Amino acid sequence: MVQVIDRRLNGKNKSAVNRRRFIRRFKRQIKKAVEESIDERSITDIDSGEKVNIPTRDTSEPVFRHGAGGRRESVHPGNKEFVAGDKIKRPSGGAGRGGKASNSGEGEDDFVFTLSREEFLNFFFDDLALPDLVKTQLATNVETRKVRAGYSRDGVPTNINVVRSLRSALARRIALRGPHLRRLKEVEEALDDARRRDEHGRIADLEDEARQLKKRIAAIPFIDTFDLRYNNRTDIPRPTAQAVMFCIMDVSGSMDETRKDIAKRFFILLYLFLTREYERIDVVYIRHHTTAKEVDEDEFFHSRETGGTVVSSALQLMHEIILERYPTNDWNIYAAQASDGDNWGDDSPRCRAILTEKILPLLQYFAYVEIMPDEHQRLWHEYQIVRESHRHFAVKRIDGLTDIYPVFRRLFRKKAT
Amino acid sequence: MTGHVLSETSEWTFDLILDYNREIARIASDFGLDTYPNQIEIITSEQMMDAYSSVGMPVGYRHWSFGKHFLNVEQRYKRGQMGLAYEIVINSNPCIAYLMEENTMMMQALVLAHAAYGHNSFFKNNYLFRAWTNADAIIDYMIFAKNYIAECEQRHGEENVELILDSCHALMNYGVDRYKRPPRLSANEERMRQKEREEYLQSQVNHLWRTIPTKQKDATQEEKNRFPREPQENILYFIEKHAPLLEPWQREIVRIVRKIAQYFYPQRQTQVMNEGWATFWHYTILNQLYDEGLVHDGFMIEFLQTHTNVISQPAFDSPHYSGLNPYYLGYSMMSDIRRICASPSDEDRQWFPEIAGSDWKETLDFAMRNFKDESFIAQFLSPRLIREMKLFSVLDDDRKRKLEVSAIHDESGYRSVRQSLAHQYNLGGNEPDIQVYNVNIRGDRALTLRHSQYNRKPLHSNVGEMLKHVARLWGFTVRLETVDKHGRSLSTHECIVEQ
Repeated sequence: MVQVIDRRLNGKNKSAVNRRRFIRRFKRQIKKAVEESIDERSITDIDSGEKVNIPTRDTSEPVFRHGAGGRRESVHPGNKEFVAGDKIKRPSGGAGRGGKASNSGEGEDDFVFTLSREEFLNFFFDDLALPDLVKTQLATNVETRKVRAGYSRDGVPTNINVVRSLRSALARRIALRGPHLRRLKEVEEALDDARRRDEHGRIADLEDEARQLKKRIAAIPFIDTFDLRYNNRTDIPRPTAQAVMFCIMDVSGSMDETRKDIAKRFFILLYLFLTREYERIDVVYIRHHTTAKEVDEDEFFHSRETGGTVVSSALQLMHEIILERYPTNDWNIYAAQASDGDNWGDDSPRCRAILTEKILPLLQYFAYVEIMPDEHQRLWHEYQIVRESHRHFAVKRIDGLTDIYPVFRRLFRKKAT
Repeated sequence: MTGHVLSETSEWTFDLILDYNREIARIASDFGLDTYPNQIEIITSEQMMDAYSSVGMPVGYRHWSFGKHFLNVEQRYKRGQMGLAYEIVINSNPCIAYLMEENTMMMQALVLAHAAYGHNSFFKNNYLFRAWTNADAIIDYMIFAKNYIAECEQRHGEENVELILDSCHALMNYGVDRYKRPPRLSANEERMRQKEREEYLQSQVNHLWRTIPTKQKDATQEEKNRFPREPQENILYFIEKHAPLLEPWQREIVRIVRKIAQYFYPQRQTQVMNEGWATFWHYTILNQLYDEGLVHDGFMIEFLQTHTNVISQPAFDSPHYSGLNPYYLGYSMMSDIRRICASPSDEDRQWFPEIAGSDWKETLDFAMRNFKDESFIAQFLSPRLIREMKLFSVLDDDRKRKLEVSAIHDESGYRSVRQSLAHQYNLGGNEPDIQVYNVNIRGDRALTLRHSQYNRKPLHSNVGEMLKHVARLWGFTVRLETVDKHGRSLSTHECIVEQ
């Protein structure tokens, strides 16, 4: 007696609850892992899941058991050369004898698993103190819009496609009428023949049949529900347009790892925001000390140089790149600049001039963050002047991770109006 | 006798599964296998991972540790470090066997023979399972447990329930009766009596801890009147019945974990036999299918490859070695018993006079019914198999500088190797022997556990953490004293609970 049951369709995510509980319980460790992973991640790669390692020790479930030591005997297979009484050196560490390794302690491998995109972003946002609304906006998928996608057999009356419906009605009428028409033709020929020969009985029969056939042909409906075709629409993600994001960072000696980390998160957040709005995003990295240079992401974050700071060089370079590669009628241009506020005194007024005259008219938004400055210097004050006359220019001071978000409030507020 | 090949391709269909099952069932009953009715469930690989991480039960209560297992299994599966278990089978009536949809028809047939007839007949007939588990009631009981714990989470908060479960899981191996047979499970009765039991248990506990002063007794008298009178091996049971501060719902959770531990206890004691038995039968049954012409050569080649993987045993010095493979050991022993019965050598006649030359089906059946791993190996491991596997035993004494090879596969070593191997499968010897020794009823209510040291093996360094778990359940200070075989105290650990 046997019963075969197909269970494939029910209860797909039975472990989801347990998984959620696991993540809740080890929130602290996972958060640490996420933070570490941000250092290694590329900005444009932030929007996916993440493999997380947490130490096995933390997740272990203890039971009473023996530690190493004492007197124990174990049996192993595959003896080649030993005879009773042989002395063997104790294998060092846990390696060698599997049987012993499992007795003498836990493996020190990390516990590795993968966070989904949502889970990863949750941990990422956790640090940034984003309000829930923004979190969900960033984490959920982009809006969709309806596009034409062929025709379907069902739909609402407003979507009826007249041409297609009539065409299929015509086809149906031709198909259904065909046999009758053929027969009618035969009957009519036979009728002519009969009339010529004057066979009265046959004439009456044939006339009768011809009448029947005509009646049948007439009964085929002009249009039937079967013929109706509807315009079909389907959802596709709305591609707004393309955007370019300039990341400008001061890499002079005073920008240490902590500051760079904050800057990176700031850039990531801007990138995430832009991915929601735009289908295609280019990211241009410009780093500068006394001269500016366009670099790739790795060099942007990881190489260090010492020297003075001339911010205007970066702005100048950015302007050149915009003119050369990103015509404003094709591109939405965003810029984010991170610095610790150091600049050569004489250079700051020049920055203001380049910004107001050349750059800001081309840009959607320019955000400047000053990360943990010792005190505000001239650049800050010059930028304050710029801010007063330009609504799409933001200046914020960031003293820690939680300060990153307020800078973005302006961005979102701007969108709401 | 030649039949018609059941299927040509490796695709399976529901009809084919039924066809194969019909033939396998026929062969199994010809061989005299006695089974519960089967319920075969087709599942996806993800569902297999689900089942895997919840100890194979189709329903289970919720706990983060299952999530951890799931993530672990999922990660390793995705990385290709492990294939999924081909089969999971549940000791229930009807016996539930899972078939994974990704498998080929050959694998489905293999799993049917292995799980639905091999394991199934073992569950039904082995004495440990017969005495200790109730296959009729387990699924219902798991549903009861899941609902009860979900209800507790709603009433008392997820965190609180989680804490209790963590501590119970830590003590799970000390929640079984090793010698006394527990009463049978029944979900209905559990529900009916649970209310009643809550009140009764609480009243018992209150009685024990009542504070009305009684006549003072002198100290020596107290020493004699330990509570409990006899040391108790089932720590969770003791906590369920006597922990002073637990709420009724907490006692019920302790009970649930204890019952589940008890249910799995026979499986932990019979791993080698159970897998060996199932592997022996899938091999025998599929070969019979082939002999009858019901499957073709391609099927058999695919089968033999899988079968060889299942029973592979790397030698001790191989990088892949991780102890003895229970499938290999069990399968080899089962096949060896058949050989001893069917064509015994002189050596076999000398070592196994009572089974050499007997009917192999009857002898195997007898072995399957009446042994557990430890006694099975002690009884049936033959010198010939010891030679084939080249077994040797190593003595690791921390007082000596080097390891010593104490016995190898030679005339003087057979009994010694067999003895050590059997002992290796004695759960009692592998887990520290820790029992409830005393409760200071009249004083600070401290609980004393006693660890009787065996072969000078010390406790693992996590003992402090473990005592915290015991203390969380007990609610008062917990001490653990280690004594040697003469009862002399060697060391004491303590987890003090401030009131």
